[in-house]
Amino acid sequence: MKIKTLAALALSSALVAGSAAADLVIPDLSYRTGPYAAGGTPVSDGYQDYFNMLNARDGGVGGVPFRIVECETGYNTEKGVECYEATKGEGALIYQPLSTGITYQLIPKVTADNIPLHTMGYGRTSAANGEIFRNVFNYPANYWDAASVAVNYLLDENGGSLDGKTIALVYHNSAYGKEPIRTLEALSEMHGFDFTQIAVDHPGQEQKSQWLQIRRERPDYVLMWGWGVMNQVAVQEAANIGFPMENFIGNWWSGAEHDVTPAGMAADGYKSLNMNRVGDLAVFDDIKTLVHDAGNAAGDGSNLGSVLYTRGMYAAMLAAEAVAKAQEIHGVAEITPAMMRDGMEALEITEERMAELGMAGVGPAFSVSCADHGGSGLGIVQQWDAAAGNWVALTDYIAPDDSVTGPLIAEDSAAFAAENGIEPGCS
Amino acid sequence: MLYREAGDFKTSYAADSQTFPIAFDRYRYWAVLAVAFLVVPFFVNDYWANAILVPFLIYAIAAIGLNILTGYCGQVSLGTGGFMAVGAFACYKLMTAFPDVSIVIHLILSGVITAAVGAAFGLPSLRIKGFYLAVATLAAQFFLVWLFNRVPWFYNYSASGQINAPERTVFGVPVTGPNTEAWAQYLICLVFVTVCAIIARNLTRGTQGRTWMSIRDMDIAAEIIGVNPLKAKLTAFAVSSFFVGIAGALFFAVYLGAVEVGEVFGIQKSFLVLFMIIIGGLGSIFGSFAGAAFLVILPVALKLVGVDLLGWPTDLVAHLQLVIIGALIMFFLIKEPHGLAQWWRVAKEKLRLWPFPY
Repeated sequence: MKIKTLAALALSSALVAGSAAADLVIPDLSYRTGPYAAGGTPVSDGYQDYFNMLNARDGGVGGVPFRIVECETGYNTEKGVECYEATKGEGALIYQPLSTGITYQLIPKVTADNIPLHTMGYGRTSAANGEIFRNVFNYPANYWDAASVAVNYLLDENGGSLDGKTIALVYHNSAYGKEPIRTLEALSEMHGFDFTQIAVDHPGQEQKSQWLQIRRERPDYVLMWGWGVMNQVAVQEAANIGFPMENFIGNWWSGAEHDVTPAGMAADGYKSLNMNRVGDLAVFDDIKTLVHDAGNAAGDGSNLGSVLYTRGMYAAMLAAEAVAKAQEIHGVAEITPAMMRDGMEALEITEERMAELGMAGVGPAFSVSCADHGGSGLGIVQQWDAAAGNWVALTDYIAPDDSVTGPLIAEDSAAFAAENGIEPGCS
Repeated sequence: MLYREAGDFKTSYAADSQTFPIAFDRYRYWAVLAVAFLVVPFFVNDYWANAILVPFLIYAIAAIGLNILTGYCGQVSLGTGGFMAVGAFACYKLMTAFPDVSIVIHLILSGVITAAVGAAFGLPSLRIKGFYLAVATLAAQFFLVWLFNRVPWFYNYSASGQINAPERTVFGVPVTGPNTEAWAQYLICLVFVTVCAIIARNLTRGTQGRTWMSIRDMDIAAEIIGVNPLKAKLTAFAVSSFFVGIAGALFFAVYLGAVEVGEVFGIQKSFLVLFMIIIGGLGSIFGSFAGAAFLVILPVALKLVGVDLLGWPTDLVAHLQLVIIGALIMFFLIKEPHGLAQWWRVAKEKLRLWPFPY
């Protein structure tokens, strides 16, 4: 009883203290603890640093500063729900939970609360159909695009035919890892390759039996949908069984520096997809001088310029651009979540705009519309150079096969609409 | 002065053997129920419901279930997460297969199905005890989670392996799905908690409870005086799993709305519920509530104090949480092995003599 009252007191005082001034409130549902912290930390650092840089340099967007509310989820769906409920009352403009599990929780909630949800390159793929998922966006690319991009790359490597080849998918045994299976099954029928699925259970520290299976079956290529500690273990295990690294391709969540460095030289040649070009972007100088040197770095400031830091910063840039768009459409500086949604739906990212922002070519050029919340779906293939310690882009942006992913998206989103009684439409 | 039986005369056997024989205790019980049913629903908002009240109520049901098995019957179980998953998936299959049947019936049926599964996994308890039984229930935990991940029929062949709760109503008010109001979510859980707690309390006070406790205290002696261990242990497993199954079904349908079995009903859930009954008090219904409240509220309170009031980094607070909860578990095991329920009992004893203790 006593503990209850104390907690209630603490809670109510905190709720009262949290009343907001006119800011652009951006919740950051981050995870800096647990088995996925290695991935969650740099993304969150990049996300926060970019907004802080905008605050320091331009005073926010349209004269209104950003206010970041960080909430630790630990990649756990229950904590994610608690974070959502705790932050939505502050006027949160956009949620980017960086977790497919939390995304599935939040899709119905944001739809009921009318707050936009941006799941960049993760989440529910069929949310690309904006006529049904009005508040959910997954531009510039999604998992089914990633699967298709990977297969297109392999087609290119093999002179246009994968007939008789075997492709194994090593995946995190969760909603995240299971997403590409449907697309890969459709692609395997189309291109005549054999497709095997190998599941790795959360958190993925134990993969001996999976890699023994790969050693026995000797697939031609291994694709991986991994995250967190699972990536490092998989790269190490692949090295242990002597699997040729150049035939091992991770998706864009399995291709950061910290995934390959633990295996040392053995990881040399490992490939992964990426939706960003990494490199020395001009915007990093602004972040360095205005945020890090001013002592405001999120985290310890050591991740600047890494693959996932760049991706977090890219996500923040897309959000900031959408804020500007929303302000332009509605003619007010202090926007609401509903206005933010309109801004996201009218978003257009061009090469010129990215260059103007000091991040030329960081992502593909794309535009969003009501019918298409998914963007262009382009991705590059990069390879790890262990001696130099950096990722080398092997290709330009590769397009996915929309004739495969399109019908799958239409089918899955229609099922969701039927289940939840949603009337598809753009009004 | 408080909690005194002096002057509280009983004139019938029924009055003498009622749940709360002391008048003051009875009034307190009715007052708590009145506040919970008549006051809280008018003030509850989304945050309070989702972050504190609903998880507290659901974990309380799970803790009552595990307390019957472990606290009253002495059979250690590490399969709570798996049995909650059975309840959740049973509820999902029933909800999608029979959309016209009331969700309340589905929730109860999920409990019944889980009871059957629990009794099946309870069979080894007839041969093995203690740590060995814990390992056998651990196998149930892993097997059930693997099963729900492996067989697509359980999640209706959805691409992601997730199950999503469609909207269902009680008296025309939605209680599952995204459009559920906070008070409806809270009330349906409260009704289930109240009914479950009353059933559990009365079961444990009667013949059945005494049978379980005799098995817990000394199974050979119990057998000699005529207690059938087969019946006692299997009923404990079945009744315990019934409650745990209802908790799992509510957890999925009302609280989360979408569930991924490996993450939500993993081994951590089994340990969490076990910690709840250890901290709350083994063999006590009140202890189940106290333990659930403690472990649901403490992390939220620590987060509010650390992040929102003191402005510490979120990762530091998350790590501190683990340290503090771990330390508190050790503190309780050493200082008060009977848990929060024992503090409550001692407090009541002291209050009887207050303000003139001798």
